[in-house]
This record gives sequence, structure tokens and C-alpha cells, in this order.
Amino acid sequence: MSLSLADVEKVARLARLAMSDEELKAAQTQLNNIFGLIAEMQAVDTQGISPMSHAQDVAQRLREDKVTESNQREAFQAIAPQVEQGLYLVPQVIE
Amino acid sequence: MTWEIVIGLEVHTQLSTNTKIFSGASTAFGAEPNTQADAVSIALPGVLPVLNKGAVERAIKFGLATGSHIAPRSVFARKNYFYPDLPKGYQISQFDLPVVGQGALTVQVEALSGNAKPYEKTVRITRAHLEEDAGKSMHGDFHGMTGIDLNRAGTPLLEIVSEPDMSSAAEAVAYAKALHTLVRWIGISDGNMQEGSFRCDVNVSVRKPGQPLGTRREIKNLNSFKFMQQAIDYEVQWQIDTIENGGTVHQATILFNPDTGETRAMRSKEDAHDYRYFPDPDLLPLEISSEWIEQVRATLPELPQAKQARYVNELGLSAYDASILTASREMADFFEAALGDATAQAKICANWIIGEVSAQLNRDGLDMTQCPITAQQLGGMLQRIADNTISNSGAKEVFRTMWAEGGEADAIIEANGLKQVSDSGAIEALVDEIIAGNAGKVAEYRSGKDKLFGFFVGLAMKASKGKANPAQLNDILKKKLEG
Amino acid sequence: MIHSSLAQLGAALRAKKISSVELTQTYLDRITRLNAQLNAFITLNPEASLAQARAADARLAAGTADALTGIPVAQKDIFCAKGWLTTCGSKMLHNFVSPYDAHVISQFNNAGAVNLGKTNMDEFAMGSSNETSHYGPVKNPWDTARVPGGSSGGTAAAVAARLCAAATGTDTGGSIRQPAALCGISGLKPTYGVCSRYGMIAFASSLDQAGPMGRNAEDLALMLNVMAGFDERDSTSLQRDKEDYTRDLNKPLTGLRIGLPKEFFAEGMGADVAKAVEDAIAEYKKLGAVIVDISLPNSKLSVPVYYVLAPAEASSNLSRFDGVRYGYRAPEYSDLADMYEKSRAQGFGAEVKRRIMIGTYVLSHGYYDAYYLQAQKIRRLIAQDFTEAYKQCDVIMGPTSPSTAFKLGEKGDDPVQMYLSDIYTIAVNLAGLPGMSIPCGFGANDMPVGLQIIGNYFDEARMLNVAHQYQLATDWHNRAPQGL
Repeated sequence: MSLSLADVEKVARLARLAMSDEELKAAQTQLNNIFGLIAEMQAVDTQGISPMSHAQDVAQRLREDKVTESNQREAFQAIAPQVEQGLYLVPQVIE
Repeated sequence: MTWEIVIGLEVHTQLSTNTKIFSGASTAFGAEPNTQADAVSIALPGVLPVLNKGAVERAIKFGLATGSHIAPRSVFARKNYFYPDLPKGYQISQFDLPVVGQGALTVQVEALSGNAKPYEKTVRITRAHLEEDAGKSMHGDFHGMTGIDLNRAGTPLLEIVSEPDMSSAAEAVAYAKALHTLVRWIGISDGNMQEGSFRCDVNVSVRKPGQPLGTRREIKNLNSFKFMQQAIDYEVQWQIDTIENGGTVHQATILFNPDTGETRAMRSKEDAHDYRYFPDPDLLPLEISSEWIEQVRATLPELPQAKQARYVNELGLSAYDASILTASREMADFFEAALGDATAQAKICANWIIGEVSAQLNRDGLDMTQCPITAQQLGGMLQRIADNTISNSGAKEVFRTMWAEGGEADAIIEANGLKQVSDSGAIEALVDEIIAGNAGKVAEYRSGKDKLFGFFVGLAMKASKGKANPAQLNDILKKKLEG
Repeated sequence: MIHSSLAQLGAALRAKKISSVELTQTYLDRITRLNAQLNAFITLNPEASLAQARAADARLAAGTADALTGIPVAQKDIFCAKGWLTTCGSKMLHNFVSPYDAHVISQFNNAGAVNLGKTNMDEFAMGSSNETSHYGPVKNPWDTARVPGGSSGGTAAAVAARLCAAATGTDTGGSIRQPAALCGISGLKPTYGVCSRYGMIAFASSLDQAGPMGRNAEDLALMLNVMAGFDERDSTSLQRDKEDYTRDLNKPLTGLRIGLPKEFFAEGMGADVAKAVEDAIAEYKKLGAVIVDISLPNSKLSVPVYYVLAPAEASSNLSRFDGVRYGYRAPEYSDLADMYEKSRAQGFGAEVKRRIMIGTYVLSHGYYDAYYLQAQKIRRLIAQDFTEAYKQCDVIMGPTSPSTAFKLGEKGDDPVQMYLSDIYTIAVNLAGLPGMSIPCGFGANDMPVGLQIIGNYFDEARMLNVAHQYQLATDWHNRAPQGL
């Protein structure tokens, strides 16, 4: 199975990556090469094997419901691209 | 031709934890923008989520309160999409293994039309899962830009998903109200709808009876029961009209505009909805032991339905009174505290709370927690009614004074001389005097003009300055008039 | 001084033979002289380094010094360090001065170590040659026409060229071990969960692990003593008793069972690498070890599995770089979607975008089961192979990389060839096991060869013992590149 140019375009859009037509074409070739490498995996019989999401077979540790963080807005917003009145500014959001 | 309406609800309820679901930042409402947006909330590179035990505990409480399955092992997943109020570019939620599984909630539905009687409806709960809230977009005056406040980002939510079991707006509203009562009752959410602590998404479709399910449209973010009612009514009519006019309903996410009372489709939030869910590698499976569940069960209060049944069966209240008294936990607590051990007075106690107390609260724009009379004070007054120290009219005066000025019933009775006369000798003397002074009317009464009885009661009451025990007075008057 | 071990430097500092300020200045001068050739560092902050050195000297004077107090340690630029530019090798973070410290950085600060600077790396740790860095490729100190390996290539080059006493790395699919091998130094990737990931910019969260890189096993043990430790801010950080990783260094190796997976010695490995590794095994036999032939039948699948799982996690981890709260925002855009797409397209380099796209695709609707889920199932098979193997042996050995350092640009246009160079290291990350690489000789063009040692879970102390005993018997680890 290989990716069509439309697949690559859709993926780029989902990933929010602007790409020119040439870039899309180059990506299509490279991705198909990579998926050629990955294809090896498909033949493996994995029936009855449970997926492994984590390197550890332990349960999640929980945190007590106590406030530990204080206001650091000034420090955090000093490195922000655009802020005003304590808000992060972005191009208009339309619902 | 009739249409069948199919409604399912997804309710997002903010959990009343002190801190966010994955970090130790405060969740207090109303702070200055981004002052509660810590490193995790703004998703600085390198930061990691650590799950809040308080949020899990609240989910367990909800599961227990709805008789739902509580998963011994559940999994957090990432829901990937880009939006400025979603700092990580994914929301941590639960997908195929939620913390709370199937359960149910039985609700009383007040039929809206005509004289139809209220009826019971059981709505099945599909699941409830933990997830994080997003931030807020502010469309103020920022040179055409949108401001993002991430204080709310990471606030714990329990998303409660129902089966499409409801078939009218009334049922949907009844279910939503019952959920709203329940989450506050068990103390997992403040349920404040203005602040967005309880938000409903409503899936609506219509079909002809016997036909497969129609295409549903999802009304997003309803934060009032009134709007829910209006939105569903409008949407149902719109779908029926659309189909009857030969059109097709397309799956869509829609918004309700309270100003126009109409619904409209949202501009697409994510071109193709492909959330690419996968287990969050930062969070190991959540395990809940049966010991933990039992610990939480021990902290659960008596639930509204159990209370209602007890009020009816043990206290002899009507189902109606019982349901009103259990509309909120504050109301039920007030009732029980006012009643104390005097279970024989349950009916009168209920009447006072449903009547005078509620009316006054309503008039003064207060809620139960702000009631100027304590339950103990009300209970003190009820005791004086029961032991005949005061009459009903006396009680009303005690109540008025109590409401306005505070104080205990006994002190108010004393200070205002409201103690009723129950000395039969004194009442007899008073009645004798009236009979002697109104010979004509007495004769009329004795000749059969029964209606005059009220006239004598009035005179006697006046003579006693309203303090005569009415029942006693009636007895004596009747006996003497009949002579 | 620059050829001394950490233990020697620590002793010299405590004996007041040298001050931390002098030592730090010595390294800073060396970096100033040599970094132009090697490009091992992205950021230096001499003022901050020297301030830490002065504080360390005060601590040394007060007699409250720890093993690493006053020692200049370079930090891979993947670790957030408060007040330091932290780029992760990306244009996306070209202006990101971190407002907080990673747990690993705090651990070094608490130990009184000096942060000497931030080392160059493949962008977001995605690469095996350090050529994907936005800040230019790092050169191998043994031959500056060759790559140092990646992604911790800046760290490996800095340690090899004696630009720092020791340094940190991170390893998602071999990013500590492979550059250590290619630069002739020692590097250890601990068991997943031993070092906190808090403040370490995520590539693939279920695989990423921080570890030390240095000149010998003893140095690694001292570094790991500082780096390891429970951190409540990382849900996957393990709550274990504090270990002294130096405790077993001097144990004899008599009876040590070394497992040699037949799959690691099959086709694909360069003859020069094979020779060096076989010589090392022979040396271990002399030290009293016994050889056990083992098999890791599913390990050949580790490359495809890794190139599904790591990009999947990465595609999600890198979604936070959107130009809204920090980092790069495109100068011009028409609307919100355009701002996202341009900021990300301009802020990320080619390899990062490639992996984001692979990851986005394998998680997308209709492909999840065939790719992501299947890869997770095979991941378990790969991990189970190791569990079986450790019933027969104590450690597993083999090559770290199939070849010695290749030339800059040699594999530039072929991602698949580049990915295949991770063939021996990836399975360890998938299983969450500890792995290390130590120098074991030289191959073609006199470039260093690395011996990989893979331990069972939490067996770091034993692995360090195994490496240390070899280093007592050989001197490959003491060789330094000439002309620097």
C-alpha cells in the first residue's frame, strides 16, 4: 500500500504544516520509502498479544489535591510572541 | 404523521477539586487572566501531567451514585486537534477504557402539556470519563485578534454520556436537572451553570416510529435548562420541517442563540474530524482498587432517591413533598435538622419549609444556604406549635419576627405575648360572657343558623386578644352554645 | 587536568589543588578555541557558569561538597534550564529562554555541578548524525569530515574533545549509545523511569530516557548518582530507593554470563566493527566471563516498530509548538490556520516534519490498527524476547552501531538508510531496558568502535561493573583524538 498525494496533503493539513506542491511530492516519495520499511511488520502474527503502551508494567501514581503552583504569568509571558492584558493573542478565532 | 424524537446528552461537569486535573495550579473561578496558568497549563516544553487523586475520587463517587461500573483499570488517551485554547494541541481524555462504565439514573418527568401526570423515566448512562477542560477565547478589543486565557485549561471535567433514551425536551431537561442535583448532592461539582461548571451537549434526531435512527445534530454548550428546552424544541421542529420539505439532515455541531431562539451550524472547528486518539504515553493505566471504592462509598451521603423513599415510607410525606424536599441537599439537610427527633411533625415541618420558608427565600432572592433562620430555630418554633404554646397565627408572627430580626422562638413568644390561652377555665369564662352579651344571636344560632358559629369564634378570639387555643375554644363554644 | 576522571577532578577540587572557577575557565577557554571546528555547543553562558563555579568553590571551602561539586558538566540542549536558551536543536525554540529547570538540571544544581553550556543535538532529538540540527551539524573530533552520531552528538563530541568533564544525553532509540560509540566515549541509557523526564523536551515519551555520557564507566556511575532519582512531577518516574551506582564497580567478573544474540552478529555489521567487538568479547572471557548464545528473534522488527511508535508519539508531543505561547511564530500570516501552518512549517526542519507526518498518518482514522496497534503488539514480543534471554545470561553484548562514523552528508538524502543505523539500539528502548556503549577499539579510517552492553531492568550497577572491569584491562577509553 502506498500513500497518494492526496493522503500526504491530508496528513500535512492535519499536522498543520504548510507545504508547497514540490514539498508534498518529495514527502510522498520519502514517506512511501519509509512505509516500505515499516511494511515488514504487517506479516507478523500478533493474535492474542496485548499492545504495550508503556515500558513499565505498573499503575499510575496519583497526586494529592493540593495547590503547589503560584502565579508566574510575568515570567511565562516574557517569552510569548504576542500578549496583551495578560492574554495570549492569536489571529481571530471564528466559531 | 407523528415523529419520534431521540435525544442523548453529554454533560461536562467541572469537578470541585482545589487544583487542576494534571497539575497543582488552583482552579478558583474568576482570577486575572493566565494567573492560574502554570507551566503544565500553558504546556511549556518538557512539562508532564500528574493525575489529581481528588478528581478520580469524584469520578468514583459519581459511579457509585448512579450504580455504574467502576473500571478497575482505565486509560487516558490523547485527543489530537489544534485550537488556541488547547495548549498542548491535544486534550487528555479517556477513550475506549473510561473510569466509569454503564449505569442509570431514574428521574421524575413533569409533563409539560395539559394535565398529564408526572412520570418516572430511567435514563441509561453509557459512561463517564475524566478529561481536562480547555482555556477560554476572549473576543475583546485586541485589534481584531482573539485573546486566550488559560486559567480554565486543565480544570478537571467528568463527561457523563447518556444513551439516547430521551424522547422529549421535558425528559431531557428532567434528566439534566436530576444530574445537576446529583453532582452537587454528592459534592463533586458546584454545578454553577453561569460559570460553566455544568454544560450540556444535546444530540437530537427524529425518525418515524419503527424506522432506524435519524441523523443527529449536536447542540453544543447549553448552560441553562430553559435554553435546553428552547433549543431542543427549535431543533426538533427544524429537523421535522427539513425532512418534510424534502430536505436531508446532515450531521453537524450546532449552537443555540438564546437571543433569537434559533440553532445554527458551527463553522467547522477541525476540517476533517480525525482526533487520532492514542493512549497517553505520559500516563500509566489508572488502577482503582476495591478498597478505594469502599472507602469512597463510606463518604457518600444518602442519595436523593433513597431519601425520598424514606420520607414517604417512614415520615408519611407525599411523594410530591418528598421530591421537593430533596431538590437539593441543602433543602433536605435543612428539613432534617429542623425536624430533629420529632418525626411525628414531619408533615407540618415539610409544609413550613415548602411553604413559608421557600416563599420568603424566593421573595428575598436567597438560596437555602443564605436562609436567615436556622433549621434549629425553625425546629424550636415547630415544637411550640406542637405543644400548643402558640397557635398557627401566632406561629406566623413568630416566623416573621424571626426572619426579620432573628432570635429563638421562645424569646419571641415571650416578648410579644404570643402564648396562647389553653386554660379551659379562662376560656369558659370568656365564652360565658359572650353568650350572655349576645342573647339574640345565640337564639338565632340555636334555632338552626349554624353559620353564626364563626361569628362567635371571632368575638371570642378578639376577646382573648387572639391568644385562645383555637381548638379548645371551638370545643367549649360549641358545647356552651348548644347549651 | 582535562584528561582527568571525575573522581580525580573531585579530589583535586576538594584538596584545593584547583578551584572550580579555574577549572570552569579552563574548559570555557578550550570551548572558545575549538567549538568553531566542532560546533558541539549551541549556547554558552560564561557568566552563569562562573557564578555557579564560585558558589561551588564556597561550598568546597565550607566542606559541604558532594562528588560533583564544582565540576563543569555540559547539558544536552533538550533539558530546560532556567535562564538558559533551550532550543532542542530547533528554530522553533530559537528564542526560548526556559523559565524553569528540568529535574535532571535541578539534580546537578543541587549537587553543586557547574552548567558549562548547552550542547548541540539533532532537532528535537530526531536523527542519528546530528545533521538535522538547526544550528548546523556537529563534527566528529576524530575526523571533522565525519558525523559524531546523534542525537546527542554535541555531547559526544564535547566529551571526546575534552571540552567538558562529562555531559548529559538522552536516548529514545540509541541517541546516547550511538554517538558515544562513534566518538569513542562511554554512555549509559538507564532503565526507563530511573531519570525523570520532567523538563526534558519530549520526543517519544514512552521511549525517552536521560543518561550520562563520559569518558569511562566510573564517571558514568558518578553522573548517574546525581541524575537518577524519583520525581513526583513525572508520572513515569519510579519510586525506588536511592542507589549508589559505584557500589559494584570493583567486583570481579568471574562467572559473568554474557549473552550474544545471534541476530546482532548476522549480516549488516561492518567487518571492522565485528572484529573490535569480537576482540572485546575475547577480553571478557579472559576476565572470567562465560559466553552464552542467545536469540532475540523479534529484534529485527525493532526498526519498523520504532518508526511507527516514535513518530506517532512525536507527532502529538510536537503539537504544542504552535506559535501561540512561546517559540517561533511566522512573521506573516493571513488567519489562524495560516499562522499555525506557516509557524510550524518554518519552525521545524525537514526530518522533524517527516516524522510528524509519519506519526500523524499512522494514528489517523483507518490506519491505527494496522500500524500503531500492530507496532505496540510487536513491541511486547520484542520485550518478551529479552525476558526470555535473561533467563540464560546476566548481560547481553553486541555492537552499538553497524558501522563507524560515516561522512557528513553521506546518508543525507535517504532517511531509510539513516534509520537502519539504529538497528542494534532501538530494541532496548522499546523494552525499556538499560543499555550502554563503551569504546572497544578502532575500525576503518581509525574511527572508534563501540561495544554495546544491555542489562536487565535496574541492572545499571552491574553494567557499570562490567564496563569498569573491561576498562581496567584495556585503554581504549583513554584514547583521545589528536590535534585538538
